[in-house]
Parts: sequence; C-alpha cells; structure tokens
Amino acid sequence: MEENRKTKENPLKVNRRHFFSQLSVGIGSLALGSLLIPDLFNGTTKGSPVTRLGVPHFAPKAKRVIYLFQAGAPSQFETFDHKPTLRKRMGEDLPESVRKGQRLTGMTAEQENFPLMPPAVRFQQYGNNGTWISDFFPHIGKIADEICVIRSMHTEAINHDPAITFFQTGSQISGRPSMGSWMSYGLGNENKNLPSFVVLTSRGKGNSQGLYSKLWSSGFLDSKHQGVLLRSGKDPVLYLNDPEGLSRSDKRHLLDHVSALNKLHHVETGDDEIESRIAQYEMAYRMQMSVPDVMDISKEPESIIKLYGEDCQVPGTYAANALQARRLAENGVRFIQLYHQGWDQHGNLHNEMAGQAKDVDQASAALIIDLKQRGMLEDTLVVWGGEFGRTNYCQGKFDPMNYGRDHHPRAFSIWMAGGGIQPGINYGQTDEFGYNIVENPVHINDFHATMMHLLGLDHEQLTYKYQGRRFRLTDVAGDVVKDILV
Amino acid sequence: MKQQIGIMVILGILIAFLFAFKKGVFTSPGGIYDDLEVPETVDYNFHIKPILSDNCYTCHGPDANKRKAGLRLDLEETAFLELKQRPGEYALVPGKPGESLLYHHITTDDLEELMPPPDSKLALNSYEKKLIHRWIRQGAKFERHWAFLPPLKKEVPRFETTDWAQNEIDAFILRKLREKELLPSERASFETLIRRMSLDLTGLPPRLDQVQRLMENPPNKILSEAIDLFLAAPAYGERMTQSWLDLARYADSHGYQDDSYRTMWPWRDWVIHAFNQNVPYDDFLTWQLAGDLLPNATKEQVLATGFNRNHPITQEGGVIQEEYRTNYVMDRTNTLGKGILGLTLECARCHDHKYDAISQKNYFELFAFFNQVDEKGLQMDAVQAANEKFYADPPYLELTSVETKGVLSFVNLNGQNSVKVMVMNDAAPRETMLLNRGNYDEPTDTVQANTPASIHAFPDTFPKNRLGLAKWVTDANNPLTARVFVNRLWGMLFGRGLVETMEDFGVQGSLPTHPELLDWLAVDFMENGWDIKYLLKKIMLSATYQQKSELRDDLKRVDPENKLLARAPRFRMSGEMIRDYILASSGLLSTTIGGPSVKPYQPAGLWEETNAGGNRGILTTYVPDSGENLYRRSLYTFWKRTLPPPSMTIFDAPTRDFCEVRRQKTNTPLQALALQNDVQVLEAARVLAQNTIADKEKHSDLVARIFSRILIRSPKEEELSTLHNYYQDALTSYKSQPEEAQRLVAVGEYEQLPVDPIQTAALMLTAQVIYNLDETITKE
Repeated sequence: MEENRKTKENPLKVNRRHFFSQLSVGIGSLALGSLLIPDLFNGTTKGSPVTRLGVPHFAPKAKRVIYLFQAGAPSQFETFDHKPTLRKRMGEDLPESVRKGQRLTGMTAEQENFPLMPPAVRFQQYGNNGTWISDFFPHIGKIADEICVIRSMHTEAINHDPAITFFQTGSQISGRPSMGSWMSYGLGNENKNLPSFVVLTSRGKGNSQGLYSKLWSSGFLDSKHQGVLLRSGKDPVLYLNDPEGLSRSDKRHLLDHVSALNKLHHVETGDDEIESRIAQYEMAYRMQMSVPDVMDISKEPESIIKLYGEDCQVPGTYAANALQARRLAENGVRFIQLYHQGWDQHGNLHNEMAGQAKDVDQASAALIIDLKQRGMLEDTLVVWGGEFGRTNYCQGKFDPMNYGRDHHPRAFSIWMAGGGIQPGINYGQTDEFGYNIVENPVHINDFHATMMHLLGLDHEQLTYKYQGRRFRLTDVAGDVVKDILV
Repeated sequence: MKQQIGIMVILGILIAFLFAFKKGVFTSPGGIYDDLEVPETVDYNFHIKPILSDNCYTCHGPDANKRKAGLRLDLEETAFLELKQRPGEYALVPGKPGESLLYHHITTDDLEELMPPPDSKLALNSYEKKLIHRWIRQGAKFERHWAFLPPLKKEVPRFETTDWAQNEIDAFILRKLREKELLPSERASFETLIRRMSLDLTGLPPRLDQVQRLMENPPNKILSEAIDLFLAAPAYGERMTQSWLDLARYADSHGYQDDSYRTMWPWRDWVIHAFNQNVPYDDFLTWQLAGDLLPNATKEQVLATGFNRNHPITQEGGVIQEEYRTNYVMDRTNTLGKGILGLTLECARCHDHKYDAISQKNYFELFAFFNQVDEKGLQMDAVQAANEKFYADPPYLELTSVETKGVLSFVNLNGQNSVKVMVMNDAAPRETMLLNRGNYDEPTDTVQANTPASIHAFPDTFPKNRLGLAKWVTDANNPLTARVFVNRLWGMLFGRGLVETMEDFGVQGSLPTHPELLDWLAVDFMENGWDIKYLLKKIMLSATYQQKSELRDDLKRVDPENKLLARAPRFRMSGEMIRDYILASSGLLSTTIGGPSVKPYQPAGLWEETNAGGNRGILTTYVPDSGENLYRRSLYTFWKRTLPPPSMTIFDAPTRDFCEVRRQKTNTPLQALALQNDVQVLEAARVLAQNTIADKEKHSDLVARIFSRILIRSPKEEELSTLHNYYQDALTSYKSQPEEAQRLVAVGEYEQLPVDPIQTAALMLTAQVIYNLDETITKE
C-alpha cells in the first residue's frame, strides 16, 4: 500500500530496483515457512502486502540478523584482545608516541598520567586457530571455531550516546534510521503476523547507560520499519492484551462489527485507506495469537533449557532473550536486536566484568550451537559487541586491586558468526598496547557494508531520499570486508 | 548444421539481450516517459532545475570541494563559461542543443562519456532529456530559485461561469482544475464542516450543543460563526501549540543518557497564551528568537526565548563540554532553517550545501548569532541534579508566584512558589570559527554573524545580533518566512502543504502545486499584519476548504493524491488529537490550561526497563498521576525524550530530539491494538456508557446517543441496526456471565456510577466499536 502510494507520488522516478521489485514479488523473501504463518501463501494480501521493496540486490548469504549488542562497551582487554605487554608494563605511563594526541573524555582529561593496567583476567587459546579469549567467557571459547573475532573495530565517538547512535544508524547525528529499519526497508517482511524488526532488552548488574527508543527508530523511513520492543511479562507488545472481561470470541465479534461499519463507510467515501485499516485490525488480531505463541518457551525441551542456562526461564534475562531470538528467527523476523546493559566499567572492572560475562557467556554460545543444530546458522548472521573500546590505562588513581577503564574509540573487538562469515578466524590486530590498530582496520561503515552485503544488499544502492538527499546506512563511506566472507 | 545455426541464433539473441540490457532498455520502463508530452514553454525552475539538481549538482553544484571538471551548473554566471578542460567548447550554448556538451553527455551511448556516470546509479529518462533539449533550444534561460524570489500577489484569475468560488483561493484552485478539465466537489454538510473546523482550530470535536446552537444561525452565517467560535476558544491556543511543540523540539526531559527532568513548561504556557492572544507571527518569532534583546524586554519576552533552549542537553559524565555546546548551537541553527525558513541548513554544517546556494561559511555565519550564550552545559549529573532540584541549566529565568499572579498570569505554577526556565542571552561573546567538517575541534577561519545573501541580504541598519536576525527573518523582503508559515498552516488543514516538503523550500524540495496561490497567501498574510487567525479564517471560508472529502472515481484516477484539491482531504488525526477526541467525547476531558506536565496511564515498566539505573535522575520510574491529571489534553502529557509516550509515538509522533515539522500518517497494527486496549480508551468508553445510561432525562436510544456523541452526526439506518445488533449480542453474552461484565467495567480509576454493570459492559463495548471506526479517528 505504502509503496504503491510512493510510486504514484512520483511517476517519473520509478527506479530500477523498484521496477524489478514490482515484477517479482519477493519470491526469495517467501522462502522461509513456519507453523505460525499459515496464511502466508494463500492469504489475501490486499491492504497488507508482503513488502515489495523486499528483494535483495544479489544472492544473499544471510536471511536474517541476530545482533547481540553489549551496551556500555565491554573492554577488549578482558574479552578478546590479549595483551600481555600490559601486564609486563603495569603502572607505566602510556607513551605519548602511542597515544598520539587521542582526545580524552572529561572523566580522564584532568588525569596527570595514564598508568597501563593489566588484563583483569587470564586468557586462553581456543579452537583450531588458537583464538585468544578471556577466562570470563569459557562458553564462547568452546565455539571459537564457529566465530570470527574482529579486533580492529574503530569509531569516532567517545561518548555513549553518539557512539551507540553511530552503531545503530551509521551516523552520530540523531534522526537517521536504525540498521534494523534499513534491513526491513530493503528486504521486507517474511512473516506478516510479526514485525520485521524486533528489539529485546536486558540489564546486568554492571554500571549501565540508558537506552533510548530512537536507537530502534525508523528515522525518516516509513514507521512500519520501526523496531518493535518485545517485552518480558504479560504484555510483550504494547497494548497486546485484550481487557479483562472480554473473551477472545467476543473480541472477534466486536471486530467483525467494526469491520462491517468500516466497510459501509468505505463505500460512502471511496477511500481505500479504510480497507487498509481493516487489514491492519486483522493483523493486530493475528498478532495477539502469534506473539504470545512465539514468546512461549514452555514447550522447549529440557536439553535446550540446559543449553542456554537456567536463567533462560526467567523472563527479561539475557539468556531468555537469546532463546527468544532463536524462536523469532525461526518465525521469519528479519532483524532481532538484543541489548544487554551494564558494560560501562569505569571502576570495579574485575567484579563487574565477571558478572556481565556470566550473564551473557553461556547463552551467547548456546545461541550459536542451537542455530547450528537446526541448520539455521548458515543463513543467520550473529553479531556480538559494544559501541567502542576501553582504555588500556586506568581511570583515576593507579590501584591494581580496583580499577576501571575509560572510553576508547580507536580499537575494540567484536565477533560475528554464521550467515556467510568465515568461521574460526581472527581478523585485524592492534599494537602491543592494544591502543592502535596495526592491521586491517574495520570502521563502523565497513561493518555495516559487510552486514548488508551478506544480506544481499549493496550498501551504495539501498538509499532513501529525504530532504533532497539520498541517505544510506553507510552515509558516504564503507567497504565490504571481503576477507572475512566465506 | 542446423544445430550450429540454432546456437548462433541463441547467441545472437543473448548478445542482443545483453546489449539492450546495457543500454538500459530494461532499466527504465521507457514507455511511461516516451508518452509524456513536453510542455510548450519549458520553465527553468519547474522543469529543468529539479533535473539538474537531482542528477548533476553533486559534482557540478555549489559544493566547491567536490566540483568536477570546473563546471558549475547551478549558477547562470558559470554555466555558460568555456570549459576549462575543453577549450572552445561549452556545456550550454543557448538555442543550440547540438553544440551544448551537456546535452551530448546526457544522451551519448558511450558509457565513458555518459552523464550522470553509470556508477552514480543515476540516469535521466527520455522525458527529462527532451525537456533539456527544448530548454536549450528556447535559450537555456536561468532564473533564481523560485523560493528565493520575493513572493508577489499576481492577479487573481477571474471566472464568469462559476458560483462555486467563494474567495481568491478558489480562483487559483479552479484555474488548475479547469486546465485538467476537473470539477471541484460541492460543499460538505454543515455537520461535517463544523466537525472539521472544530478539529482544525481546537483539536477537539465540537460539542453537540455547540453544533445545535450554530445551526440556529441563518445558513450563510453558520460557518463563519463556527470559525469565530472556535478561534475564540482557549482550546485554540492549545491546538496551535501542539503543532509548535514538534517544531520547537519541546520536552520535559534533557535527552541523551540519563534523560532527567527539566522545567520548560512555562515556555509552553507562554506559547498557548501567545496563540490565544493572536500575537502576530512576526512578533511571535521575534520574541522567541530574540525577546531578551528587545529594548526594555519584559519577562514575558525573555521567557519566549526558551524556544532556543528546548534542545537536548547531555548529562553524561565525562563529555567534552565544548563538543556538546557546539551541538546545541548547531541545533538552534538547524531549527531556524527547518522550522522557520524551510531550509535544510544542516547540510552545510560539514561542507558547502550540495544543492542550495548555502556555503559552509554561510552556515557558520548563521551559527554565530546563536553562539554568544552564557551556557556551560549541565553543571551536574542526573543524580546530583535530582538531589539539588537543579532542573534548569543557566542562563535561566526565575518566575515567582507573585509574577504569575500578575503579568505572567498565563503561567500555571500549580501551587509551586517559583520555577526556573532556561532562556537565551548574549552574555558570553565568542569569536565564531568555521569548523572543518563541522567538528568542534577543527576550527579554521573566523566568521562574522551574517545571513545568506542568496536568500536576502542582511540590511546594514539591522544590528548583527539575534535581534537583527529576527528582523531579517520577519522582514517583508525575506522571501521564505511568510511562505513557509502559510504553507505549514495549509499543511495543518489539508494534510499536505502546497509545498509538500514543508521543511525544505530549497532546490531539492518539492515544487509548489499552486505557486501563485502560495505567493498570494504569503503576501496577503504579511499585508494583514501576520495575523494568524485572519489567515486561518481566510482559508476556511474558501470553497476549496469546504468541499466534500469523498474520493470521486474520476479523482481517484486522475489525482489520487489530491494535489489539485478537487475535494477536501480525508486523513487520520494525530495521536494527540485522537486521545483528546476520545476524552472529550466521553466527557472526561479536563479544561485546565498549562502547568507542569502530567503523567496519564502508560503501560507499566517502560521507563524502568531502559533507564540507566534506578537512582539516575528523577525520571527512572513512571508513576502515573491520578484524578484530573489523567484526563488533561495530550499536549500536557509528560514528554521524556528517550521514551516518549507510546500512545503518541505509535501514531507517528517524533521523539523531539530535534526540530520536526511533518509527521507521517501511517496505518499499522500497533495503532489498532492501542485503540482497542489502552486503558485510557477503555475507561473513556466505560464512562461514556455509564453517563449515558445514568442520564435519566433522556430516554432516547442509548446506542444512537453515544453514536452522535462521538461522531457528531446521526447514525444512518444500517449503521444503527448493526450497532443495535452488536449491543444486543453483547447484552446477551454478559447476562450469562455477569462476573465478566464486572471485570470489564472495572477499568480505570474514574468513579463508577451506580448503573447496571451488564448494560454498562454492553454499551461500553458498543462505544469501543465506534471509537475504533476509521471515521472516528479521521478528519473528513
């Protein structure tokens, strides 16, 4: 409906992608079926069509993304970037030749010196490639052969808000669409009973930073591409539950009368928007079934509960969300984004990191194993990481017993798995101080370009014209990191 | 042999296919464009510039750093120059397309020479090429961008054969319709029009008794009486303010990480007051931009400058203050552009504008006006601020209860002794530097406060400060301000501006559908003292506004988007208007004006799930108010930027992180769920049902009564019988399970009336059916 309207709006601007997409109504996007979407192939789509833009530019490797966002920025020195030099040179001042004028946040700007701090945890090597992973993450260690660790991510922002906005939208400036919205816009919806972009949040005990709904906003794209927050508890989608005292059959009866009157009015006014509204009411009605179904883990076998950890039975935990993510992926949700808050370790690093890692380690690894055993890992891209790195020196006074790390934009680590990513490799390197990248830097724009490439989208082609300018998720930059592709 | 021929044929077809593909045969459905007729006289602004701008300016436009081959096509002075790299040759030779290299490059088959280059993913279609051909043949005339030329009142078209037209507006509309051989629609019913006018002017449905009283007027007076009635209602100011709040990025929280509390609501109360007093738009702007700099500025005028302190302010520990202070100044600059001038100034923050004649230097010259504020960013983090009740970052204005009992009586202090509101000053004179790439830490050349001469040169007699800027903005020779505002009001009433991109009057923005009407209205508005109520009444008294909104079959075919306005628009109301509509029709709506923002019902846990920790500021948990505050108009609903009220955002409200002037009008399942299950709606349906049942004076049909109460018209026979059937079914159902009825009607905290719960439940659900109708949430 929306797309049709846009085309009519400007008949002279039918672009090539649009033209082709009109010819082939997303055959690829219909490939994935599910028990929860019975009417996908034979339902009437008038009024709520499977989105038409939804055709990849070329054969995709991944059909969907599960993004495990670690909000607050976990330290690379206690996760994936093993730097023994920091232990050897503990307490020494970070040489200016390494810092090279890097700007500092207000929290450390007044600091007279920058004493190097050792990793707060030991590292071990895992997998065929001997991937270094800290002891905080034993379960992720066990899946080292499935993941690609990138140690050369970098960004420009040094504060949480712009940094997380950058990661989500490709720009530090507020107002651009979130990456999940871009994917929904570019690839459309696989399941018309569920949103194409879903968000789940959880929080650890570590020092945390707030989240904002703008992070999953569709910006200037149509709001149907907006991330829908799925909440733990009885109302997983806002206003999903019917009021007390209204049975499901009475509800159906009510809706039938709403539809009947709307249809009368449609005849009188000739406005097809009314038909569309009727269709939206029907979808809402179906969502009242499909969402609780997909959220209900009571039928998950004991082995799965064990795999994700007992926590997965506690709604609202990271483990529960990770399991939820798999279920949403199975049901055709295009972009599933988890946020786990609490990774902002300006102090009390050892204890807080240990706690945060415990929240996410087992369930993150379980998700990979679970997807693999279902044959879904090959077309599901999983990403794990935060918004920037942390300093190799301590914030505040040198105290080896209790210290923290400030924000660092020049180098940090994330990992990716599945969906066309080479398993079991390490990419990019930092110097011995873990401060600067010495090999294969990956900028956020490059990361986005790569993610889009895996989904079959050319990051330079997927544009949206707003205020006279063609916007992209990758703004004006970004190169696909070919070396990490299968 | 046969096989070989077969293979050759297949190969031949394949090659032909590949060739055709490369030539773009399949990439543009040529047919559409080939059939379009090129106009007799090609207009530069309307036909040519949009093509050049969209396809060429990126490399051959205003941005000096990205310019290729030394060719600049957006200016007449440069477009005809001899090409530096091709001596003796020219991009444009007037009258001679064949000698114009521009035409050669857009039509060549040589992919090396083709413009725009294939890797830009841009391409001209055959219609565009023909337009350019004819334009060059007709002399390749340039004109200044239409929106930068001062608006002029052209002669109003005259028609002798119409009794449809009621004022000048209609003449302009009718001329276009006649060109397309379309007939306008007849006038809608008085009931429809009174509802339409009430929604447009007060944001509320009319009361039935108001409609009745208006209908007692002679027919030729009914509508003008209705307009006057609604313009005089205090709700008018609230309605107008609602739309100003998006533009002014008003919120009750600071935004960013901790997003804690701020007290800007007295500024909002001033806006309501100003609209109700019908402060002329030029003063309205001047006070907000520079009230503090007016001679003998009053507290009211200083309060108005809170406009430019509404932007988000970070409370994140450890930020570099100068980085954020720079952002705040940019925000003010961008808001001036988008909200008041209709320009995407922000594009020129990092580089010269790609399309409009606004250089990066122009941007920082405007920036300089807002760069003199004695501000330091928030002085404390959210925890400290909460402890010390620090809700306004200096500079601020303190308003006391003594003043609000006197000259500032429009500020509703709600029992507090005083309140601090952030305002503007120029107490920290700063040298402004052009910032490379817009980065705060890369200053280059010093610039002086100034405005872009391409729009309107800054008169020497104006002071080079915000007051001078305000004078420039509201100068009768400024080509943008009046046009942009007239267009915004038009958009408010018609759902779409005469210029669809209400935020962008630049070369990449949409062109006006009725340029002469827009200009006539803009000039007329200024001639009449920037009188907003006058302008609204003018538009509403037009036959154009008063048409039926039905989509006739011929119009659906010829003008599905209603750009020609052969009918009135029909569109969904905003989230605020829908909520207010439901509260008003149920009788729950509070009429209190102003005061601290309130917290009505909201699904539990939303703030708690995403905050930065329970102790970070005072907005970490949402505790709904009770009593009257649950039923205040939606513009008083507490606005927390990082999690705005979901019943508004679901209906396309922006976050208010920055200036926004246009909302989408989507139609989604989440909206359906909100209307069906939000406590606010269910409670309203219950209260309406109980009041209707309890009203013993009237024994007429209960169902018909709630219908007309909500929709402000009598139900048609079929509608009434459908609703009756439903009501009876619901009665039967609840009679067999009375405890379910009890549970249903228990919703909401509003006092329960002692009426039969079974009847209440059935009538409440009948009201719910009506609240969920498309018609109810649509302005027709």
